[in-house]
Amino acid sequence: MTVVANDEKSYEKIIAKNRRTATAMRVVTIAAALLTTLVLGFLIVYILVKGVPHLTPELFAWEYDSENVSMMPALINTIEIAVLTLLLAIPCSIGAAIYLVEYANAKNRMIPFIRMTAETLTGIPSIVYGLFGMLFFNRFFGMSIISGALTLAIMVLPVIMRTTEEALIAVPKKYREGSFGLGAGKLRTIFRIVLPAALPGIFSGIVLSVGRIVGETAALIYTAGTFTKAATSLGASGRTLAVHMYLLSKEGLNTDQAYATAVVLLVLVIAINFVAGRIVRGRQQD
Amino acid sequence: MVKEKVMKAVFFATACISILAVGLICIFLFANGMPGIREIGLFKFLFGTVWRPGNGDYGILPMILGSLYVTAGAIIIGVPIGILTAAFLAQFCPARWYPAIKAGVELMAGIPSVVYGFFGLVVIVPFVRNTVGGKGYSILTASILLGIMILPTIVNVSESAIRAVPKSYYEGSLALGATHERSVYRMVLPAAKSGIFAGVILGIGRAIGETMAVIMVAGNQPAMRAPNELLKGVCTLTANIVIEMGYAQDLHRKALIATGVVLFVFILIINISFSLVKRKVVRES
Repeated sequence: MTVVANDEKSYEKIIAKNRRTATAMRVVTIAAALLTTLVLGFLIVYILVKGVPHLTPELFAWEYDSENVSMMPALINTIEIAVLTLLLAIPCSIGAAIYLVEYANAKNRMIPFIRMTAETLTGIPSIVYGLFGMLFFNRFFGMSIISGALTLAIMVLPVIMRTTEEALIAVPKKYREGSFGLGAGKLRTIFRIVLPAALPGIFSGIVLSVGRIVGETAALIYTAGTFTKAATSLGASGRTLAVHMYLLSKEGLNTDQAYATAVVLLVLVIAINFVAGRIVRGRQQD
Repeated sequence: MVKEKVMKAVFFATACISILAVGLICIFLFANGMPGIREIGLFKFLFGTVWRPGNGDYGILPMILGSLYVTAGAIIIGVPIGILTAAFLAQFCPARWYPAIKAGVELMAGIPSVVYGFFGLVVIVPFVRNTVGGKGYSILTASILLGIMILPTIVNVSESAIRAVPKSYYEGSLALGATHERSVYRMVLPAAKSGIFAGVILGIGRAIGETMAVIMVAGNQPAMRAPNELLKGVCTLTANIVIEMGYAQDLHRKALIATGVVLFVFILIINISFSLVKRKVVRES
């Protein structure tokens, strides 16, 4: 401000004006934060209030038919795909993180390349993963839960990799030096000392990726497919809960059941976030 | 010692999986999409205004515009609220409330897009229909919903950018007699602008790539729309792929995969600009 206060009165005026601007800015800021939290609160409360009354026992019948619109098969498929995806993604992503943190040296030209591609994977939208899975994995396995799980494994790979990397970096150097000093080799040090110390961080990354798997739709419609039965083999097609929910609301016939499915999805995601938050907070208190 | 060497090789191999994955995705998308583009003609494909696979018209300009409209709408709605919320969290929030609000924002990032889409379908669509007009399935509805969905991205990235600004900037401003608010908005936020900008770019990527939520509220009409036809339905690149892939054959299928290629190129451009901006942030600090 270029106004120069040359007497007491105009000086006071400027102060009053500054104060008004400050109050206005604070009101706007608080309003925006309030809006963000209100939108979230409204979404959760609305879906719970509308959906919980429709959580009937028929919705959890073992077999799906157009009468009961059961979500049980979809729930089973979701668990199957989540477990498969994690089995595929965890060893690869943790191995990659170990290489980047424990082995790679600054001179290695591959490192920036690995980081760049991992970052690219994070940004690719799920529908593009879906297209790729359809073009690549379906060629070998057809539309099946294994195709879906392989597609999702690539998708969550960078998530677990990054959190594991951060967790490994956070392990103090003394731990490694102490282990080497006692005569342990590099592998023994990694598996007996470093990984156990980094476990909570790694675990929080895994929990977050479970959240992504549970909520994923676009990448699964054309890879795991939309079959309504619980998959009994890796080669069978099956819809997950999120895909089920999309198809229900698209058909527009079973809105009540769609509300109930939304409740289950929402509760799952809230629980997953709560667990991940607990882990992170527990680590910060150490 | 053999075991050590073998395991090192195994770790290296797992580290290369992301390179392999990106390579395979590029190869398979382009190999399956290019024949379609060649058959239709690149210019006719990108700038054709009619999408009518039954008649052999494969112009995706309506969908490109559709994606741009809803993304622009999401940015207009989500960015100001997101940045202000980030400023609140970093500079205004009482310590007592912080964990709850922060956890809320994290939760928003975790809510699946179908649930957002369903919420849009049962709440925002009727709201727009009753208060603004039209059928409710519109550019405006999709923009509002996407604006909500990109909030957590923008809030989280902006908040860490704001927190990364040295405290001396804020204190210096206070010492010169500026109010708390003026110091935050005139000193701290401008200093964090590259980081905030990176968050906005990330939000753009989310909005362009979002599929399920948009399908459920945007109306999915592959027609050319002017930017002022906010209350009309629109089809995005992502929505078109999911809706038509189920029954598409031959050239139609190839055209949809080619649509995926166009989307992928968009995302790559956004990713590259994101890492350029991020590098600038690192240099500045």
